[in-house]
Amino acid sequence: MKETHVLLDHGSGGRATHELVQHVFARFLSNPYLDAMNDSAVMHVPGHRLAFTTDAYVVDPIIFPGGNIGSLAVHGTINDLAMSGAQPIYLTAAFILEEGLEILLLETIVQSMAEAARDAGVAVVAGDTKVVPKGKGDKIFITTSGVGIVAPGVSVQGQNARPGDMVLINGTIGDHGTAILCTREGLSMEGDIRSDSAALHTLTAAVLSRCPQVHVFRDPTRGGVATTLNEIARQSRVGIRLFEEALPIEEDVAGACEILGLDPLYMANEGKVLVVLPREEAEKALQTMRSHPLGRKAALIGEVIEDHPGRVVLQTRIGGNRILDMLRGEPLPRIC
Amino acid sequence: MVSKNSSRGVRQPMSLKYMDEFRDGGLARRILTKLKKQCSGRAPMRFMEICGTHTVAVFRSGLRPLLPSSLELISGPGCPVCVTASEDIDKAIWFASQPHVLVATFGDLLRVPGSRASLAQERAQGADVRMVYSAMDAVELAQENHDKEVVFIGIGFETTAPTVAAAVTHAERLGLKNFSVFSVHKVLPPAMEALLSSGDLRLDGFLCPGHVTTVIGAKAYEALAARYHMPCVITGFEPLDILHGLWMLIQQRFSGTARVEIQYRRGVTWEGNVAAQRLMAQVFRPADAVWRGLGRIPLSGLAFRDEWVRFDATQKFQVPQLDSREDPGCRCGDVLRGVLSPPQCPLFRKVCTPQSPKGPCMVSSEGTCGAYFKYAYDGPNLEEEEKY
Repeated sequence: MKETHVLLDHGSGGRATHELVQHVFARFLSNPYLDAMNDSAVMHVPGHRLAFTTDAYVVDPIIFPGGNIGSLAVHGTINDLAMSGAQPIYLTAAFILEEGLEILLLETIVQSMAEAARDAGVAVVAGDTKVVPKGKGDKIFITTSGVGIVAPGVSVQGQNARPGDMVLINGTIGDHGTAILCTREGLSMEGDIRSDSAALHTLTAAVLSRCPQVHVFRDPTRGGVATTLNEIARQSRVGIRLFEEALPIEEDVAGACEILGLDPLYMANEGKVLVVLPREEAEKALQTMRSHPLGRKAALIGEVIEDHPGRVVLQTRIGGNRILDMLRGEPLPRIC
Repeated sequence: MVSKNSSRGVRQPMSLKYMDEFRDGGLARRILTKLKKQCSGRAPMRFMEICGTHTVAVFRSGLRPLLPSSLELISGPGCPVCVTASEDIDKAIWFASQPHVLVATFGDLLRVPGSRASLAQERAQGADVRMVYSAMDAVELAQENHDKEVVFIGIGFETTAPTVAAAVTHAERLGLKNFSVFSVHKVLPPAMEALLSSGDLRLDGFLCPGHVTTVIGAKAYEALAARYHMPCVITGFEPLDILHGLWMLIQQRFSGTARVEIQYRRGVTWEGNVAAQRLMAQVFRPADAVWRGLGRIPLSGLAFRDEWVRFDATQKFQVPQLDSREDPGCRCGDVLRGVLSPPQCPLFRKVCTPQSPKGPCMVSSEGTCGAYFKYAYDGPNLEEEEKY
């Protein structure tokens, strides 16, 4: 790593984040669970396999169309557990509050956390609160940790993709990131661009119950679908071909990204799961997702191939092929 | 379209019409078949896409490998960030290092390396550098930060310059004393002329920039087409636009004509946007400018007119002579002149990557090197890349 200071790019979820994790955190904290680099670690404890994860939420704005930092902190950690094929059971939450935050606003956030946890059937069983002086934080940061149980026989992880597998997604791409960007920057778009923030564990459980051979679940959060598929391709040492024509993208999101010079494939999602599983299971998984409320717009978007391991290639509408790289730096709007 | 919610303005979302009809895969494949038939047995042709957005659009649609082998597309100097001289980036960084100065600029510019650092690196070290979406946002920042001088880095071609002129006139109406612009704007036709007159580039036609021409009008290329017998087709940015533009250029070449034609009729007229031209001329005057790779080109930049000079950041501040240099070995200049393709640069993919760019062509969202790196199918495999 060449940088001497932390840059905003290091928090983008893309290549810079990857390098920071490798060169700083993994270097000192290395162990087999951490080195697997999955969304949660699955550990054997007597009688069970436990999935354990933690995540910090620093989103700006803290309230956005489709949710707020509270519901997001619950959904995000539940989803990290669900991506290991686990059923979440308990969460903990730590709050870093900036002096001057309105109590009423905090109540709104905590209330929506409670609703999100109740709807998901998980309990927040421990917590912590710290307050930092004004100017030393940004209103509110939340860290949630969670544990879940992985059923016997389930092995879902980023290293499992195999040539011949198909790649599915449960709905439209880029909604959360675009909604956040438009709200943060005060950009008003025609239409109704809302975050897709949702807890995905019932959807992943439904897919697993009908297709136990799922190889990979991965939620395409920061860095978007493009970066997440690159991570899977690298972890599994396979190539992935994505079909541009099959990608479900809301017209409003596509239009907003077009104007800003951004690509929906790099925008964050908070209610989406990429599913990689054997070809013969794909249709069944697709139908299962489409019959779930969070998967009505599910689509088969790509395939795992032997060529160019570690790379994702986009087959474009006009029949060309191009590399779909990891996100490099924060997505920035263009000049003209 | 998009509009900005300002504290003063009325929220007015505009309609978003998506461009699916210009991305029709079936139609594209039919045109490609025809193109191949037309080019079969003919001499090779080289067309330059002037605009960086064209370059990126060509790569993003995966069009390059589908074109007839006799038809070569080369990228030109139409990325505003890429043609900005190192010295100008250093000046932007110098402004950011001054006490009580807030530098505002477009996202594209943040990561571009100057002689020693980028604006993003300066920000990480404590400089007040803000990313904005328009020059008008920078005016708002000046209203909100009375204790600071807001210096907007005015970069871009004729597409952007009128909006900066509008921001300056708006700041004047508001009576703002703490807003100024560092103008590194450039205008394209003189650069195209400089390329042609240099004689080291064999070209068969220009895919002229769609966005710039919406402002300056197709007539701006007439003299160029006539003097150098160079076909010019103003082209849109969707795959079918580009294919259509190439088709029109080929027909001109085959018939031996060299005129200005508009493919991008839904955006471009012969006269252009007269109101925008007037606004630009009200605030700015043509001035010589230094282009990376092309050197000093007469009347290819925009400086403040005397009556607006109080908004000129270089007049408000005594900018010292900076010891500017470009990374030795960086060939961005040759890439911008179309005489070198990125993979031919010794630094490309080895020491120069989007993560650690040595030149602007790698870091800009419209840069040719970045487009090759990010999209070209013939890149290194994972093992090779991990060595870098």
